[in-house]
Amino acid sequence: MAQTTRDLLVDPMVDNNPITLQVLGICSALAVTSSLTVSAVMALAVTLVTGFSGFFISCIRNQIPSSIRIIVQMVIIASLVILVDQVLKAFAYEISKTLSVFVGLIITNCIVMGRAEAFAMKNPPVASFMDGIGNGLGYSLILLMVGFVRELFGAGTLFGVTILPSVNNGGWYVPNGMLLLPPSAFFVIGLIIWAFRAWKPEQVEKREYKIQEAEAH
Amino acid sequence: MGARSFFDRLEPHFTNGGKYEKYFPLYEMVESFVYTPKTVTKAAPHARSFIDMKRIMIYVVVATIPCIMMAFYNTGFQANAAMAATGFEPSGWRAAVLSALGIGFNPDNVFANMAHGFMYFLPIYVVTLVAGGVCEVIFSVIRGHEVNEGFLVTSMLYVLILPATTPLWQVALGIIFGVVIGKEVFGGTGKNFLNPALVGRAFLYFAYPAQMSGDTVWVAVDGYSGATALAISASDGYQTLAANGMTWWDSFLGFVPGSMGETSTLAALIGVAFLMITKIANWRLVAGCLLGMIAFSGLLNIIGSDTNPMFAMPWYWHLVIGGYAFGLAFMVVEPVSASHTNMGRWIYGALIGFMVVMIRVINPAFPEGMMLAILFANIFAPLIDHFVVQANIKRRAKRYV
Repeated sequence: MAQTTRDLLVDPMVDNNPITLQVLGICSALAVTSSLTVSAVMALAVTLVTGFSGFFISCIRNQIPSSIRIIVQMVIIASLVILVDQVLKAFAYEISKTLSVFVGLIITNCIVMGRAEAFAMKNPPVASFMDGIGNGLGYSLILLMVGFVRELFGAGTLFGVTILPSVNNGGWYVPNGMLLLPPSAFFVIGLIIWAFRAWKPEQVEKREYKIQEAEAH
Repeated sequence: MGARSFFDRLEPHFTNGGKYEKYFPLYEMVESFVYTPKTVTKAAPHARSFIDMKRIMIYVVVATIPCIMMAFYNTGFQANAAMAATGFEPSGWRAAVLSALGIGFNPDNVFANMAHGFMYFLPIYVVTLVAGGVCEVIFSVIRGHEVNEGFLVTSMLYVLILPATTPLWQVALGIIFGVVIGKEVFGGTGKNFLNPALVGRAFLYFAYPAQMSGDTVWVAVDGYSGATALAISASDGYQTLAANGMTWWDSFLGFVPGSMGETSTLAALIGVAFLMITKIANWRLVAGCLLGMIAFSGLLNIIGSDTNPMFAMPWYWHLVIGGYAFGLAFMVVEPVSASHTNMGRWIYGALIGFMVVMIRVINPAFPEGMMLAILFANIFAPLIDHFVVQANIKRRAKRYV
């Protein structure tokens, strides 16, 4: 299990992506990706929280009693999330209002909990930090891709800058209203997963059943 | 004879080892369109039946013919009547063709109405066939399954549930979404748990609400506001429909604004009667859907409401307005996405009937509920079947202790 720092950082991007392969952290990916700015801030917040929570949990991993380890992990993660929330409120109040409850919900984000439980409890602090950052970046990659598609085709803008001038502002592009609704992220993420698995067929899960060949031509 | 030997000569090129082996689905599509499909059962039990996929699908297309005729007539009639009423001067290629042929825009002339409606129907249908067909062929070549006659049904139903004013690029986008996300990603015809035509329509409904809902999209005259019967009933109550020029008979026969093919209840009922007689459509689905709708709208009539006029709408109005009859005739009875057990079919139908009234009456956001109700029930169909089968197993287990 000797992984180099590079592996820890790069593996979660495509080969073991927390969203597309493990299908974790979907709720926030649906909720915050309607614009790229918000996606980027959320991605940054989750990456930092995952990285530092991994680091701190790993530091005290030998002192944490196994029976209450989840609570201890939660305390550390929650403190970091509150820190992020306060910083956002102080320096980017508008965005923090858009993100609203989803910053707080980073606490329960499966990716953060998952890395703490699966990696940080068994590995030294620096490796845990790298693993957290790597997984955060994997999450960020998908979040930015989804945010890119949704904002570009849903509103015709990127980071709030007009790319496709919309009909309402005298342009030619008719915005696709569905992409601004949260369920559209399901479709976008689904298509991204499809693309990843077409590119790397080893990610395709085994069939749970086999369809009987009924007829042949 | 000529055509058969032509196909026989071509076939070796497309079958295993042939030069165009990869394009077998294309060959198969054309051949089975012209001749009887060659598929036979190769494993036991060796069931013989006169009915195959091609016949089912062709029957459904045949059943939509009354609706297509009404789509031609009513689309043209609504446009011509609106022009006559407002004095709107038609322009564009449709007007040029109609004037050049000397057909004109008289709303009392059946042929003029049909011709005008046809010119709205045809471009949408052609775009649907081309855009959806290309997706079908791409998937069938890559995945190695045949292009299915089912697409003829999907494309026809999809066109009939669109407003006549839908921009053509949206038509293309919708059918591509319906075919790819609604059907092909799940493995193609027979494995789609949602109705692809409705998936495409729902996509357009949520993506481009300005072109898919409201009061100005239903009549093919720029800026002319022709509210649907559902929109009027939701704001003023169904009692005012007659004052707006829509009697129950108008609604039943289909001379009201709405999506192209779904306004005529009579045409839809002819279609579903044909499907039930030929046993393509299961009568339990139809009966369940009617019962669910009648029971729940009756209940709401009794409950009543001071603020929501839709509560008072009786079942015979629910039947004739909006897409209820069309959906009942062609979407509810679709065998793939419906429940497969007889008991399940009753429940599935009733669930749709219940949900339609629920969405129409109680949900203020959506005036029409048929599309969403059917998609909703599609998702529940496998679950319903599961419980029906489990209940049956339990019952029989008790019998033979």
